[in-house]
Amino acid sequence: MNQLPYTDEHNAFRRRLRDFLESEVIPHVDRWETDHRIPRDIWRKMGREGFLCTAVPREYGGLGGDFLYSVIVNEEMVRTNHTGLMAQLHSDVVVPYIDTFGSAAQKEKYLPGCVSGDIVTAVAMTEPDAGSDLASMTSTAVEEGGQVVLNGAKTFISNGIHCDLVVLAARNPNVANPHNAISLYLVEDGTAGFKKGQRIEKMGMRSQDTAELFFTNCRIPAENLLGEKGGGFIQLMQKLQQERLVVAIWSMAIAKYMMSWTRDFCRRNSRGGELLAASQAIQFALVEMETDLRVGTAFLNDLIMAHNRREAVVVETSMAKFWMSQKANQIANRCLEVVGDVAAREECPLVRMWRDVRIQTIFAGTNEIMKGIVAKSMNLQ
Amino acid sequence: MTYRLNPSQKAIQKTALEFARGEFDKDTAREFDKRAEFPETIWRKAAELGFIGIHMPEKFSGGGMGSLENVLVAETFAGKDSTTGAAIMLAGLAADWLARFGSETQQTELLPEILEGRMRTGAALVQPDAVGQDALIGMEDGEPGVLWRIDGELDSVINGRAADIFFVLCSNSTFAEPSGGVSMLVVEADKPGVTVEKDHPMLGLRMTGAARIKFAGVHVPLVNLIGRRNQGLKQASRILPESRLLLAALALGTAQGAFDRALAHVREREQFGKKIAGFQVTRHKLAEMALQIEQARCLTYQAALQVDGKKADFRLVAMANLAATRAAVSVAFEAIQLLGGYGYTSEYDVERSYRDAKTLQVLSGNGNTLTDEIGDSIIGKLKS
Repeated sequence: MNQLPYTDEHNAFRRRLRDFLESEVIPHVDRWETDHRIPRDIWRKMGREGFLCTAVPREYGGLGGDFLYSVIVNEEMVRTNHTGLMAQLHSDVVVPYIDTFGSAAQKEKYLPGCVSGDIVTAVAMTEPDAGSDLASMTSTAVEEGGQVVLNGAKTFISNGIHCDLVVLAARNPNVANPHNAISLYLVEDGTAGFKKGQRIEKMGMRSQDTAELFFTNCRIPAENLLGEKGGGFIQLMQKLQQERLVVAIWSMAIAKYMMSWTRDFCRRNSRGGELLAASQAIQFALVEMETDLRVGTAFLNDLIMAHNRREAVVVETSMAKFWMSQKANQIANRCLEVVGDVAAREECPLVRMWRDVRIQTIFAGTNEIMKGIVAKSMNLQ
Repeated sequence: MTYRLNPSQKAIQKTALEFARGEFDKDTAREFDKRAEFPETIWRKAAELGFIGIHMPEKFSGGGMGSLENVLVAETFAGKDSTTGAAIMLAGLAADWLARFGSETQQTELLPEILEGRMRTGAALVQPDAVGQDALIGMEDGEPGVLWRIDGELDSVINGRAADIFFVLCSNSTFAEPSGGVSMLVVEADKPGVTVEKDHPMLGLRMTGAARIKFAGVHVPLVNLIGRRNQGLKQASRILPESRLLLAALALGTAQGAFDRALAHVREREQFGKKIAGFQVTRHKLAEMALQIEQARCLTYQAALQVDGKKADFRLVAMANLAATRAAVSVAFEAIQLLGGYGYTSEYDVERSYRDAKTLQVLSGNGNTLTDEIGDSIIGKLKS
């Protein structure tokens, strides 16, 4: 069976991380979920212990680790059953933009803080009227003297309240072709004209500080351009492979957790005098879920290794994102059914996961967008 | 038997919809859902206008109509707002127990209270395989036959938090045969010894809720016995169709409500230079959703017509419950997908539909309950 080639270092890292999460995060998670926020300091604690931005090179304070470290962080974060401390977004989605496209000066300025947790990052692409149709974004960036003036609104921005640094996508209004018009900019919290909206109330991810971000004549220095001018669309497309792979890994980890919790529940609980696990129908349900997980894991592990070798697997990653997020939701639904009325209560850990997993088919590109990407690769017309 | 709504039934649908449009308010619903609060004012008004117990006899303040009419009200209310609709309808859940097995005196005394909106009922949804595991013990206390003493805890009591009166199944420890020793009792919530031990934060149906109720040395007079002593289990299984039909109707409405919201959204929302309702895949999603709803509706209405007969068709009601809750979960899931990121936020309500749908489904039993019963009723007893 294909297993990921974890080294002793990887395994030791996982154990350290798990211990950390068990003592510093898990005991507080229920309160964070009720409070709809996490304390800012947990980011610093996580960073100080070396669990953030494991891929960032050592010269900037990172671990310089391969993608398997990110896989470990993703899987272990799922065990905390909350998304407030969305380390995977910061470490594997946003910071890579700076790491890949940043100038030496930008990297020096920001990366050490990203690693230490002193800088929490967010990426702002989605707008109220530009979701799936990313190219239709209307936020503008206009050069004026040595500055860039930003205007527009972004929504559904994860880490939106805590973020100290935003990777913002905005268009040059003078360029018609959207694929050449969009650029990425680094905007620091506290810049005049940059405002954070209210935390958005959601079905799940309740401790996650998702918010709207507003830019009104927000002036940033021209050197805050990240990468090439007009290259934003390509930069986004390039980085979406990892973002979507992260969602696939995340979904599978959630599904595995729910499935194993349900199996344990069935082994311990009876109904009408019969152990749930003794029911043939429940056994088959568990078998089907386990089989899905095995099949999915084989594909996922292949992809993880290809990605780790820096291969372009955009199409396969899109397949994995839609299939695994869909599968995770199906498994989540089935687990709640198997458990029965206990799973109508929030105190059952499956319930929060069921609420949280629902977003996976939507964010990082909806599953419909994923299928569109795959369709284009199949020479259908 | 087939369903075709007659003018009076259509009129009921219309009035129920007008009421819901006038009284249900989105912001209040979101707020009450968040705070897990019962919509008392709306429930009172609904009761005053005769929407509660429309299928109950007129002499007890009911509407004197049939189960299909009650289904139509529940479906319409839940269609406008799943959480509010369910709370209003489930508050009268146990009226069916009383209507079916209560004495004339009990019915005269209690049914008008419930149906006119002065008394909310709390009851555990009876699952045939879970019955008998309840920890309530009733002892005949003092002078035999005059007083009962109830001790124990009962979990997952629907509407337990806000209930004024509980309908419980109680094992009678003074009787030797364990299978024959369950009786149905009504217990006022303000009786000394009755406490809400735990008000469970719920996945959905949060205005209704489910609670663990503790009974500690609660004394109730013998007249609180509903139906016949030791016949509690049999009675409970006989009212299963009524509660299942209500769950089916609420699920059906929940599905329809999510569908309506998704439809409105895709007609408005533009991406890639056109309304997303113009994409084939969107249209097919809506087609599949509509199909599931219509299938569930046919079964549920059909089942409603059977429930009023002399002998309720258990199989059909179980099928309706299964189909409607499945449809609700699946339709609400897709509704969220069609609304995208907005669908995941509390502001657009389909996330609430999805949570309510799932809650209706898991409260209908575990994955086996309904299918087991349907299978049993099809196959019957096998010769060994």
